[in-house]
Amino acid sequence: MDKIIELKNLTKNFGNQQVLRGINLDIYQNEFLTLLGPSGCGKTTTLRIIAGFEEPSGGQILFDGTDISKVPAYKREVNTVFQKYSLFPHMNVYENVAFGLNIKKMDKALIETRVNRMLKLVGLADFGARDVTLLSGGQQQRVAIARALVNEPKVLLLDEPLGALDAKLRKDMQVELKKIQKEIGITFIFVTHDQEEALTMSDTVVVMNEGTIQQIGTPIDIYNEPENRFVAGFIGESNIIDGIMKKDLLVHFDDVDFECVDKGFPENEPVEVVLRPEDLDIVKPEDGKLTGEITSVTFKGVHYNVMVKTKYRDYRINTTDYWEIGTPVGLTLTPDDIHVMWKTQY
Amino acid sequence: MKHFRKLTIPYIVWCVIFILIPLLLIAIYAFTTGGNEVRTLNFTLSNFAKINEATYIKVFIKSLELGFLTTGICLAAGYPLAYIISRAPEESQDMLIMGVTIPTWINMLLRTYAWMNLLSDNGIINTLLGMLGIDPVHMMYTNFSVILGMVCNFMPFMIIPIHTSLRKMDHSLIEAAMDLGANPFQTFRRIILKLSMPGVINGVVLVFLMAISSFVIPKLLGGGQFVLIGNLIESQFISIGDWNFGSAISLILAAIILIALRLMKKMDLKEVEEN
Repeated sequence: MDKIIELKNLTKNFGNQQVLRGINLDIYQNEFLTLLGPSGCGKTTTLRIIAGFEEPSGGQILFDGTDISKVPAYKREVNTVFQKYSLFPHMNVYENVAFGLNIKKMDKALIETRVNRMLKLVGLADFGARDVTLLSGGQQQRVAIARALVNEPKVLLLDEPLGALDAKLRKDMQVELKKIQKEIGITFIFVTHDQEEALTMSDTVVVMNEGTIQQIGTPIDIYNEPENRFVAGFIGESNIIDGIMKKDLLVHFDDVDFECVDKGFPENEPVEVVLRPEDLDIVKPEDGKLTGEITSVTFKGVHYNVMVKTKYRDYRINTTDYWEIGTPVGLTLTPDDIHVMWKTQY
Repeated sequence: MKHFRKLTIPYIVWCVIFILIPLLLIAIYAFTTGGNEVRTLNFTLSNFAKINEATYIKVFIKSLELGFLTTGICLAAGYPLAYIISRAPEESQDMLIMGVTIPTWINMLLRTYAWMNLLSDNGIINTLLGMLGIDPVHMMYTNFSVILGMVCNFMPFMIIPIHTSLRKMDHSLIEAAMDLGANPFQTFRRIILKLSMPGVINGVVLVFLMAISSFVIPKLLGGGQFVLIGNLIESQFISIGDWNFGSAISLILAAIILIALRLMKKMDLKEVEEN
């Protein structure tokens, strides 16, 4: 696949605040790429630099091979879906969607065809004459998407577009957006702080923190093989334990040796071990590799969040079984469940 | 809640005595002749017919001309300033707007006298020019001085409503427009101007009304040759003593103002409907 956007050593300062500290990223055609991270990590700034609303303080941004750092936003072949939708209140749905095409002075009949087709695609076929300020959040959302896509940009930028929607609508829109992206076949660059959203929709996830990229990978890679403590902690819940990699396929922590599937570390290297709460099993104390006592049980709907206090630490386990507080228990896990990471200076 | 109704009685009495009755009197004067002779009330339209005479029509036309000119200049100079202030950091906006309104804290008459002082043939500006060896410039009692006085006086009333409109505008709309391919000029025309239109109309009507009905500034800065509607009314009542004619002119002025207000309301409502 071809690269459509390349970010080379992108930096950005606002006053003395350094928001981006050197971003290097290749974005490919037709991919659904998500910038994921906590508030303030720089993901929205990166998006705005791609859109042309901010100029980078350093570094380059290439679009189809050409440097566009100096190209103003209105000349770029990207379109944005804003977090607050930013629909024009003095225009109805049709006029909002047709705005970009009107600017290009396209033929009226052609505009009508394109706008109607796009409205149908987002499920707002008869909404043309409606007042945008009277629409629901979800509907405004879709008008914003239609307004951006109708211009047939090479890349669509989405800045936390689902943030203001309720949980069910959000999930529905996630599916729809993914569907639209596959149908239209252009690159989507999606910004969110919701890791579940990122995992659901993306082909590629770029995890960011404090102005740097922490890890780039597919959702499965990011989840199963986080490269550092931050990614492990940010994606899903995890138990992160300091351990020693005795040798290939054998890791030691909490006074116990565990068989694992990781290798390639020097002998007796201090490492960080990631255990996902859903992978740990609670069993009878005599059947467990580790032993401890139940200290808290929280109902989360899909499962219980159970805390087990062991000799060295508290483990978090997700299970559909209910446990009484105070019960002595054991914890087991399979070698596959253990993920070993290099100890980062993080 | 019913007993609150009784509290409005003083206000109603006040309105009747000081607003309703005088208006009725003006109306009666306008449609009669014979001045204060209550016993001989002849109802006639001759007062209005008199307005049709050439001299008086000229007065109306000159007033409208000056009104349009003053409004135009206030708009051209006021809009950019209102826009710049609306883009300033939130904290400074109130202060900047106060800066615009501070001149209005000083009595208008005093300000107008100050302008006379500045613009006279041996006033401050000409004295300064003289010190630099430049010939004095004649500025008083000209179109220039009258318009200058009116523009300076009415500018805040153009800036404030426009600024209010612009401040309410969601600035992310500008980014949205540019994202969709609109260059700065197109963004201004299609988005910013359209959304600030209520403010613009408010400002325009306000300034226009004040400009066509003003008479102090034209009198002081323009001298006797500047007879506007306001001056006409004033002279009919104060010097000439033809209250009937004066009242007729007042009614015409009131009619113009009411029509303008109606237009403004209609535009406003249209904007509200569209939004």
